[in-house]
Amino acid sequence: MSHADILDTDIHTFLERHEQKDLLRFVAVGSVDDGKSTLIGRLLVDTDAVYDDHLADATERGGTGVLDLARITDGLRAEREQGITIDVAYRYFTTAQRKFIIADTPGHIQYTRNMATGASTADLAIILIDARLGVLQQSRRHAFIASMLGIPYLVVAVNKMDLVDFDEGVYNAICDEFRAFTAQLRYTDVRFLPISALMGDNVVHRSESTPWYTGGSMLDILQTVDVMASRNLDVFRFPVQYVVRPHLDYRGFAAQIVSGVVKKGDPIVVLPSGTTSHVRSIDTYDGELDEAFAPQSVVLRLTDEVDVSRGDVLAHTARPPQVAHSFDAMFVWMSETPLDTGKSYLIKHGARYITGWLEEVRYEVDLDTLAEKTDVQTLGLNAIGRVAVRASRPLVFDPYDENRAMGALIVIDSMTNNTVGAGMICRADGRETAADAARAELPRSGVSVGERTRRFGHAGAVLWCEGGDGDASAALAFALERRLFDRGCAVHVVERAHDGATLAAVAGQLVDAGLLAVCVAPSSAPVAELALSALAAESVHRVAAGAGASADAVRAPAGATPEQAAAAIIGELESKGLRLGA
Amino acid sequence: MVNDLLKMRLSHLRALEAESIHIMREVAAEFDNPVMLYSIGKDSSVMLRLALKAFHPGKLPFPLMHIDTTFKFREMISFRDQIVKDLGLKLLVHTNQRGVEAKITPWDHGSNPYTVEMKTVGLLQAMDKYGFDAAFGGARRDEEKSRAKERVYSFRDQFHQWDPKAQRPELWNLYNGRIKKGESIRVFPLSNWTELDVWLYIHLESIPIVPLYLAAERPVVERDGQLIMVDDDRLPLKPGEKPKMEVVRFRTLGCYPLTGAIRSPATTLPEVIEEMLTAKNSERQGRLIDSDEDGSMEKKKREGYF
Ligand SMILES: Nc1nc2c(ncn2[C@@H]2O[C@H](COP(=O)(O)OP(=O)(O)O)[C@@H](O)[C@H]2O)c(=O)[nH]1
Repeated sequence: MSHADILDTDIHTFLERHEQKDLLRFVAVGSVDDGKSTLIGRLLVDTDAVYDDHLADATERGGTGVLDLARITDGLRAEREQGITIDVAYRYFTTAQRKFIIADTPGHIQYTRNMATGASTADLAIILIDARLGVLQQSRRHAFIASMLGIPYLVVAVNKMDLVDFDEGVYNAICDEFRAFTAQLRYTDVRFLPISALMGDNVVHRSESTPWYTGGSMLDILQTVDVMASRNLDVFRFPVQYVVRPHLDYRGFAAQIVSGVVKKGDPIVVLPSGTTSHVRSIDTYDGELDEAFAPQSVVLRLTDEVDVSRGDVLAHTARPPQVAHSFDAMFVWMSETPLDTGKSYLIKHGARYITGWLEEVRYEVDLDTLAEKTDVQTLGLNAIGRVAVRASRPLVFDPYDENRAMGALIVIDSMTNNTVGAGMICRADGRETAADAARAELPRSGVSVGERTRRFGHAGAVLWCEGGDGDASAALAFALERRLFDRGCAVHVVERAHDGATLAAVAGQLVDAGLLAVCVAPSSAPVAELALSALAAESVHRVAAGAGASADAVRAPAGATPEQAAAAIIGELESKGLRLGA
Repeated sequence: MVNDLLKMRLSHLRALEAESIHIMREVAAEFDNPVMLYSIGKDSSVMLRLALKAFHPGKLPFPLMHIDTTFKFREMISFRDQIVKDLGLKLLVHTNQRGVEAKITPWDHGSNPYTVEMKTVGLLQAMDKYGFDAAFGGARRDEEKSRAKERVYSFRDQFHQWDPKAQRPELWNLYNGRIKKGESIRVFPLSNWTELDVWLYIHLESIPIVPLYLAAERPVVERDGQLIMVDDDRLPLKPGEKPKMEVVRFRTLGCYPLTGAIRSPATTLPEVIEEMLTAKNSERQGRLIDSDEDGSMEKKKREGYF
């Protein structure tokens, strides 16, 4: 390995340059024998990313002594024996301007699953087309999958041009046909170029054999696409991973900023709770920052002692994400066992695991025609389709096409712990309303939790009055209602529900509407537990109406009248970070 | 706006740093009993710096662990102890006592059986002894061909076996950290770093490294084309072999009888990087254990070695 650019500069200039270069992740796909391995080998060899001992390995032993470019990227022994590539491999090379990470995905067996994996982190996709064969069904599938995974840039490389005498007409015909297809997809930018991976034409160096082609080489394109454009610096999202608590006076929330920019002093909403605060400081090992941006990993401290834990999302109050139990998502199914609409799965989204159901397959995409097949009940291995999801607790998300990190999820089989599916949350588009009318869910109303929070000055919450006899609990509940109402809160008492499920359903509705539901706990402990277990834990605040309350309930001093107790409890809840109106 | 955007350009090193920190925080949050395998080399040094960054201003929420084969370079051990003291870290050192009692050495038993016993078996003993369910390692995908497909979370069954078919797809930055009792994962936060990235980062961040990476006069003997440093008097000299002082350094560090030195005048980090850039062979050439048979790294991995 030798870096050409070191020869014409001294090492210090080299270090300075290379410490400043940026990063591009791309995925390379093609059908079998289109020349993908050869292309990657060519990129690596011509940018000096291969050591001599590895080059020697790739050179025919005993045979002709010719360098087999495709062998450079050969992976595991088992695959060498079978002569096929069955998994995603990652390769690396660099120039003075940019470091590249290639996700190398096989074109044949299990291509959908592997390609989705490789494409999930890529900013650019290279699709190879054999000039002799033209646009294949497979090429279209690849372009569709890359587009569904949200890759903004597509480079279509028409390969093996040496075998068609570098004929401009052949090239143009392929481009025209493919362009008509990609126009239906969501790419920001699609480029075409004629190459010979084997001979190196237009891969790293411009070719003499294609005078009619005026664009840059593959490497020129890779080096100049705007990596900033595919970074989402628009809306701030911070899915909290870890709470840093070195001592009692420090409570910082650690995460990678997945999108947007955050500044010291910014107003922040914590979701799903809806609590608000401001950024007190942005802390890093290298010192405090005034602002930070995606994809930096930082620690945020807030001005108030609000309750934030792993899985919560911090966002700007002005532009909160959505919060909902139900949504539609496009899925790539990755398991031999087909999707089971009756089974509960584990969903990992952001920094949270949530139990959920993949309730209904709305359609499967026919990868040959891109038509939607609606008469399907399930998705099998490598199938792609739209699925209605219901989660046991609300997810905080943005649609995938607005924000890849906030719209992506994986589905885990809770028995085997295998990752069985990958989902991309859809924008609500009315398609779901007919089938979901019965499910009466608020988020479909289009009013977000954040908007409700701003309207009422507080998020929806349950104040759970427990531990007193029925009369004492009710007296405290009504005292709390009166006092909160006077402060401008939207509040209502839920009393005397005849069973736990009904109580939870009514309280849950009020919370979803953004109201404060003051509940009189059922006197029967099992009934109370049932009701509590059906409510989202983060929205429930227990308050003591008597001696029988649980240890963590907020309580007033002994002997207080219901009115005094209500005032003390509200003060206590506020000091714990709960916002209760003005 | 244009200026703002320029300001928010993130260099590849900072992007890699942010990704590695994300991985470490995920593991610390999701696993009951993680550990960081600290091998004292340059990759471990970078990994340690990233961990300090991930949990700052808190302390590391997991201990470091060194599998001491008893044949590490003496300078590695003194460097290790100094770092641990300077940074106030918790370090566990484990040695395979059974191997020590059996007097296993590279020269009596061969480099592969020695490595399996002292390194792999030692590591597995320690994993079981402490019940770790996640172990960070500093391996990179660019190190060796068979690592190109390695996951960030590399799944091991209850016998610490790595099965290529049991590995889970990794999409976006959503790592599936669900395991059953007795199972564990190896985590490679430096997966996407290359050897050059590691050196650039060490330079950029002024990370301390073991002085053996820099050229100095050291006593060596030449064997099968490899320069072996005579780090102590345990190395049996062959008839006629006489250590001589040469200016050498090491591209990788491990057990001294198994780690070849290179003749080099590079006494500073920039000089080392310059040499690396013009070097013709990959860093693993200096490791004797890989050259024994083709695909041996993959075999080691199946056995539980990293
Ligand atoms: N003539 C010619 N042959 C090529 C070119 N690119 C690849 N090939 C050959 O096509 C065959 C398949 O290439 P390979 O890279 O293994 O394809 P993959 O299956 O897409 O990885 C090999 O025999 C290559 O040498 C090219 O640009 N021109």
